[in-house]
Formats: sequence, C-alpha cells, structure tokens
Amino acid sequence: MSTATTAAAAELAVQARQAASASDGYWKGVLRRVSRDPVTIACTLVLLLMFLAIVFAPLVAPHDPYQGSMIRRLRAIGTPNYPLGTDELGRDILTRLLYGGRLSWFMGIVPVALAFAVGTLLGVTAGFMGGRVNMLIMRVTDVFYAFPSVLLAVAISGALGAGIMNAILALTLVFVPPIIRVAESVTQGVRNLDFVDAARASGASGFTIVRVHVLGNVLGPIFIYATSQVSVCMILASGLSFLGLGTRPPEPEWGLMLNTLRTAIYVQPWVAVLPGVCIFITSICFNLVSDGLRQAMDVKG
Amino acid sequence: MLFYLLRRVLYAIPIALAVGFVCFMLVQIAPGDPINAIVPPDAPADVVEQVRRDYGLDKPLAIQFVLWLGKVVQGDLGRSLATGRPVWADLRSAIGNTLMLAAFASGLGFLMGVVLGGLAGTFRGSIIDRAAVTTAVAGVSVPHYWLGMVLVVIFSVQLNVLPAMGAGPGGSDDWAWNWEHMKHLVLPAITLAVIPMGIVTRTVRGIVAEIMNQEFVTALRGKGLGGWGVFIHVVKNAAPNVLAVMGLQLGYLMGGSILVETVFSWPGTGLLLNSAIFQRDLPVLQGTILVLAMFFVMLNLFVDLIQTGLDPRIKRG
Repeated sequence: MSTATTAAAAELAVQARQAASASDGYWKGVLRRVSRDPVTIACTLVLLLMFLAIVFAPLVAPHDPYQGSMIRRLRAIGTPNYPLGTDELGRDILTRLLYGGRLSWFMGIVPVALAFAVGTLLGVTAGFMGGRVNMLIMRVTDVFYAFPSVLLAVAISGALGAGIMNAILALTLVFVPPIIRVAESVTQGVRNLDFVDAARASGASGFTIVRVHVLGNVLGPIFIYATSQVSVCMILASGLSFLGLGTRPPEPEWGLMLNTLRTAIYVQPWVAVLPGVCIFITSICFNLVSDGLRQAMDVKG
Repeated sequence: MLFYLLRRVLYAIPIALAVGFVCFMLVQIAPGDPINAIVPPDAPADVVEQVRRDYGLDKPLAIQFVLWLGKVVQGDLGRSLATGRPVWADLRSAIGNTLMLAAFASGLGFLMGVVLGGLAGTFRGSIIDRAAVTTAVAGVSVPHYWLGMVLVVIFSVQLNVLPAMGAGPGGSDDWAWNWEHMKHLVLPAITLAVIPMGIVTRTVRGIVAEIMNQEFVTALRGKGLGGWGVFIHVVKNAAPNVLAVMGLQLGYLMGGSILVETVFSWPGTGLLLNSAIFQRDLPVLQGTILVLAMFFVMLNLFVDLIQTGLDPRIKRG
C-alpha cells in the first residue's frame, strides 16, 4: 500500500518535473525570440525607464506638482529651472508630467487587468460549459458590443459622474466583452482537443479539467490580447480625463493636463502638446511590445 | 441565404431592445434620484411629486422601461434640463454634422488605408511594407484628440491657413458646400481619419498578403495574366472583408468623434454630449447615446447584409 503510494508520488514528481522543464523550455524560447527583436527591446526599455521615472517622481521631479505662481505662467520650453516650461497656473510641466504619469498608467493598466480577470472567468466558463450558460453570457456580451467603445465609456462615466473610480468602472466594462469573446473562442478550441477528452474519460471533474488542462492553454492568448488593449485603454482613459470625466483638477494626469493647456495653444503651443507626446509614446510602446510578445509566444489572432 | 438574412434581421431586434435598456439604465445608475433628470433640482416638492406620478417614476422599473420605450418609439426623447428644448430637436442638426464629419473621415481613412495596406501586402517585407506598418501602428496608437491639437498648432496657429474651430465662418450653423465652410472640415476630418487608416491598413495588408499566397493567384499568373488582371481578382476577393471593416469604422467614428468634436468645437453629437456631461443634462446624454448606439446597431446589420450579398461563400447559420 505504502509502496504503491510512494511509487505513484514518484511518478507524479517525475511528471511535474517534465512539465516544468517543458514549460521552462517554452519560456526560454520566448525569451530568446524577444531578445532578437530590437524594436520590442527598445520599447520595453522606454517603458521601464518611464515606469521608474513616474514611480520615483518625488525623487526625480525638480519642483512641487501643485505649487504654481502667477508670475511665471506659461513659460516656454528651455526656460532655466523649468526645462519643459510651465503651465497655465505657473506649475512646472516636467514635474507634473512625471506625477501625471502615475494616474495615466494606473488608469491604463488597472481597467484592463480587472477586465482580464472578469473576462477570462466568464469567457472560459462560457466556452467550457457551452449550452445555455454560453448562450446567456455571449448574448449579454453582444449587447455591449453594440456600442462603439468610446461611446460606452463616455455613457457610463458620464452618467456616473466624474471621478477616478467611476472612470475605472466604465473602462473595465468596455474591455470585458472583447476579452470574453477571445476567452470563449480559445476555450472552445481547447475543449475539443484529445487530451481534454482523455482527462474526462479518466474521471477528472469539470473544475479540475479547467484548472489543469484548459487554463494553461488559454491564458497565453487571452493575456496577449489584453496587453494589446492597454494602449487603447490608456488613450481612452486620458480621453475621459480630457472630457473632464476622469481625474479632477488640480490632480496631475496627462489627459487632464492636455485639456487645461488647450487654452494655451496660442501662447505656448509646444508646451501645450507635451502631455499628448507622453500618452503617444507610452501607447505606441505598449502596442509594439504587445506585437513583439505575440510573435515571440507564437500566438495567432 | 434568404433564411440567413431573415434570421440576421430578426436577431437585431432583441439587440436593439437590450441597447435601449442599457440607455434607459444610464439615468438609473446616475447618482441621485432619477427624477432629477426631468425636473431641475430647485423645483418645489409638490411639483416633483406631480411629475413623479405623471412620468410613472413611482412604478416598478420594468413598467417604467416599457413606458419610456413607448415614448422613444414615438420620437420623444424628453426635454433638455439646460435649455428646456426637446432633446430630439437639438439632436437632429447635430447628427447631420457628425455624420458628415464621420463620412469624410472614414472615406479619407479608407482611401489611405487601402493604398498603404495594398502596397504593403503586395510588396511584403520591403521598405514600403515597413513604412506602412509603422504608419498603421502610429495611427492606432496616437491619441487623436492630441493629434487634433497638434494640427491646430501647425495649421491654425503657426501657418494660419485653416480655421481651428466651428463649422463655418463666425461660428454660423448653416452649412453650405463652399470652400469657406469646407475648410472647417479639413482638420477634424484628417484627425478622425487616422484611426480607420491604421486599422484598414492592417486589415488590407493581411488580406492581400493572404490572397496573394493562394493557389488561384499562382494559377492566374501561370495562365499568363498580367499584374493588372491579377489585381482585379485580388480586389474581388478582398472587398467583402475590407468593406465590413470600413462600415464598422464609420460607426465607431460616429460614436467616437466626441473628443475630436470637443477639440474643434464641431457642432455635432459629440459636442452635444460634452456639454450634456458638463451640465449634467441627463436627458440629452441619454438621448444622444441612444440614437448613436441605435445607428451603430443598424450599421452592423447593414454591413452584415451587404457582406452576405457580396460574398456568396458566406452562408452562416
């Protein structure tokens, strides 16, 4: 009895080690492919640098983000002490860009992360269970697909009113339906494969099959899809702030800064467009890194 | 085929109803009493009660929805809190302006996307391909409201050749097809065109490359067909999918033009939405979203039907 158990345990351990080395090989391959892709590496470095800069904003920033002065409003780029100029209230642009990145990044990533969790849960459930459950989840998803994404975000956060939490809620709702669709279709693809049938034949419960056999095969594609949505979310989140629906002044945030600086385009045009440059660089880097990852992980779609 | 079309049309009805329900719920999820969406907050209490009974707001939610739906179907979207005018009256002129802007933008984006994507797909791996792909990535990554500001800085502030805001000289609302009015359309249309350009480029590039690799193209070449002849065959095969993508983009632009309209003060639905948000004018918000979303549902249906008509291979369902 005990020998049988130890034998079984040993076999399990061997299997686990094999599985580990197999997945290890896969990730090594991904890493090797990424390391041969200069664009992805460059973009990752830019994002990393930006991330460090905004995390350590209090250490890096030369001034206080809220402290303005009426006598130094709207200075040009290259003013001594204020390398990127000052805004309409005389606050240092560089400082506010550094601090503003915190909220912009937060609002670009958090809704997608939340939508990834919720969408994967619902999508995998729909794809695996099929039948009525699938019908229910997918038809509700169809309804949200009937709204253009910008309109849906504006509608929900417009009705709820301005505020970061409301904006995050609205954005999450925008990204859940597409993630559900992706998750559902990959899960359906995996569900019909032989090893799932084998697991079912050997008596594994539905939950175990999903946990052991399905999730590992579907999380990759869903994750890649989610990363491609981060740049969309960041643009959309800044757009909401631009409309006055996200962050409220005097909080620094790139979209909101773009909005308040809009009146200054006749005085200091090149200062006024700087927050948009930050959004653009971040969004394009996220897009290219997502593309690079997709290729490296050999995920189609 | 006919069965499929019928099914598709019938399926649009529950979707439209559900979209209506989501729009109905917008006022319900708004903080505070939904009655505030109808009467101003400083109205006397007995008036508020009277209105509550008149509008049926004391009834269960489901009945309220049916009552609301009945009014919407008759074209009654309520009255604006800010101006007291019927919502539909303000919406009507705004929709025309937005549709014009979105149509121009998607036309422009489509044209550029097809050219760029077609070249990229045909000469895959070349410098043209790389340039097109870079443009496409930039197009989908750029915050277009910011691009609008940059264009204003260049063409209005620095060069002073194009107007920065409005839809006509002196902020006039009457549109006319002359250059004085048309030049107001240039910058917003270019700004808005960037998104469909990026997406169409990607789509066309993928489709063209895929078709070029198919055996029938090799066969056509083998039979001695020249570049132009092959081109026509490729277009015929790519058209249904490309048109479908384009149709949806028009809908996205209709709904997504709010930011660009805000930047350029273009008097469309987006500007209407923006001021509704600013003044917390919930009836206008709800009415505008409802009309735009319904337009999108219809467009989706229309695109599906056209696509089925164009491509005999589609016999889904």
